[in-house]
Amino acid sequence: MTAALYVLGGPLAAFAAIALLPPLRRAGRPAGLLTVAGSVVSLAAALVLLLPFLRGGASPSEASTLWAPLGAAGALRFGLLVDGLSASMAALVALVALLVQVYSLAYMAEEKRPALGRYFAYHALFAFAMQGLVLAHNLLQTYFFWELVGLGSYLLIGFYWEKPEAGRAALKAFWTTRIGDVGFALGLLSIWTAAGTFTFSELFAGTAAGTVALAPLALGLAGVYLGAMGKSAQFPLHVWLPDAMEGPTPVSALIHAATMVAAGVYLMVRVSPLLVHAPALSAAILAIGVLTALVAGSLALVESDLKRVLAYSTVSQLGMMMAAVGAGAPEAAYFHLLTHAFFKALLFLAAGSILHAIHTGDLFSMGRLARKMPWTAACFAVGALALAGMPPLSGFFSKDEILAAVLAGGHPLAFALLLLNAGLTAFYIGRAFFLAMGGRRDAAGAPHESPPLMTVPMIALAVGAVAGGVLAGTVPRLFLASIAPPAAEGAHPPWAVALAGTLVALLGLTLAWMGYQRRSFDPGRIRAAAGPLVTVLERRYFLDDLFVFAYRRIYLGVSAVVGWVDRYVLDGAVNALAWATWQGAGRLRALQSGRAQDALYALVAGVILLAWLALSR
Amino acid sequence: MSLHAVLYVALAMFAIGLYGVLARRHVVAVLLSIELMFNAGNLAVLALAWSRGLLSGVILVLFAIAITVAEVAVGLSLVLLAARRSRTAVLDDLSELKG
Repeated sequence: MTAALYVLGGPLAAFAAIALLPPLRRAGRPAGLLTVAGSVVSLAAALVLLLPFLRGGASPSEASTLWAPLGAAGALRFGLLVDGLSASMAALVALVALLVQVYSLAYMAEEKRPALGRYFAYHALFAFAMQGLVLAHNLLQTYFFWELVGLGSYLLIGFYWEKPEAGRAALKAFWTTRIGDVGFALGLLSIWTAAGTFTFSELFAGTAAGTVALAPLALGLAGVYLGAMGKSAQFPLHVWLPDAMEGPTPVSALIHAATMVAAGVYLMVRVSPLLVHAPALSAAILAIGVLTALVAGSLALVESDLKRVLAYSTVSQLGMMMAAVGAGAPEAAYFHLLTHAFFKALLFLAAGSILHAIHTGDLFSMGRLARKMPWTAACFAVGALALAGMPPLSGFFSKDEILAAVLAGGHPLAFALLLLNAGLTAFYIGRAFFLAMGGRRDAAGAPHESPPLMTVPMIALAVGAVAGGVLAGTVPRLFLASIAPPAAEGAHPPWAVALAGTLVALLGLTLAWMGYQRRSFDPGRIRAAAGPLVTVLERRYFLDDLFVFAYRRIYLGVSAVVGWVDRYVLDGAVNALAWATWQGAGRLRALQSGRAQDALYALVAGVILLAWLALSR
Repeated sequence: MSLHAVLYVALAMFAIGLYGVLARRHVVAVLLSIELMFNAGNLAVLALAWSRGLLSGVILVLFAIAITVAEVAVGLSLVLLAARRSRTAVLDDLSELKG
């Protein structure tokens, strides 16, 4: 349990030091080294937590302290929960954060030193918040850290604040996720009504014992899912994630690929024992997940910016994870979360390496980078193959688990659509790879391989992306030591599903190879032939326009009406009352003439009145 | 002289005093009117006590007269102060308490 405090304490101490000691922040690189040191502490502590669960046989433990006593209604507690799920997630977060921070030391080296210090302060804050979210032992605390990671994300997206797009993207990310967070907050109220507790273990126990009202619980879970929709970029709240690519690339790798956007999935996995009692919500999660996967997968097809392709890919993969949660297979979702964190962070770091070299993310300005950047190219290839789901890389195992789980859950349509999405995934990542690394033209600028500080973290993530498949047997064991009923260990996905998934992925990759490497056909002509469809995709299904319309016309319109009512009706009533009082007082003050005899008249009149009353009895 | 006649006299004195208090403008005149009302009350008490043969009424009136003298002394000094401050002894001009 003490180790859990170090998991949180490492990044927190680094953040506090950088924030409270301005000279340290202005020094830049030392602040970065301190943040890295904090992450090392965090990672070591997380591994200490995780090891007993990996060996098997360890049981969950939690410790908490009183936060707010509520009298007869119970109490809010602030605590840490260490089980297979949180320990493994904490280790993953600490590992990716460490690698990304080391990478940042080189990637951000050209920044001014105070900006660099600020960057690492945000990083440390984010790492602390994320670990707090992972280790939280109740929903309210989760919400607390949930907002804090949102703040970290906002600050880091807007890191290049002198760029207007970055500021706008940061705001967009904040507002869009906030829509979901309002749902989360309302959901918390409903869950409190249902169960009178926020603590996960008590919620599970109460639900199992039947002492929890299921209708408000389901409503509350729907609210929590709304929050997860915002953070995990589910349709239609996914619009912020591609724009969030305005932030520095390592930030995209850490926050917008591996950790924060996975927090929504993590949360839904965490509450998955409760989801069983909300079948309608589960169906909705599945449907929205599949829709998200397809929408984002199709948008990635026409995107010309490397980072935005990866962003849509992230949205699409998050959709798959959510679909698995909805299909009642949280362990498949979590498995994919783990492997995805590796290969998507890897892809982002490789993209960062390219950006670092040629200072543009435009795919059509790239080409034949593999010759100049062999390590980056190799790492990109590993990430791309893992994302496409080629055996024996990690993505293959986790994707097939999801596909198999969805099929086994009795959702053939969702299965078919997710299979289609697997094909799309393979195609767009193949397209990105061949446009950047292959092709017939040389890239603009003077590409060069990145320094070891950047390649080494990429190689480490590549190892994870290759070997992540070995977790296939571990994840159910982690779940066993956590929340889920014993999953049937060794129930491998049927071979047919694996074969279908692989074939579809191969097809996608081959098409990409033929179109963008061999030039067997001209993708530009297909694009021209598919005119209106491509327009729809390029305008991103008009979702941004819809949101802008909703804001400008509907929201501002309603606000104008409400504002008018407030200004003239409500304020008018108050002002009229004040005016009437003022006027009445003006009249009444004439009575107070100050003349003694006027007062005496009143006195005499009063006496006469009293006498008359007394006599007339 | 019957009791009733004396009481009517007292009532008339009181009414005249009240009229003076309410209608006269000069402070000293108002004070005089108050004296008149006092004495109307004294007269009524005296008449009632006399008619019932009670000595205590007489003693009460003696005390009341003593108190009245003291009250007049206080009242007149207040009037003097007010007059010295405002250079007027007209009640209507002493209206600083108006709202």
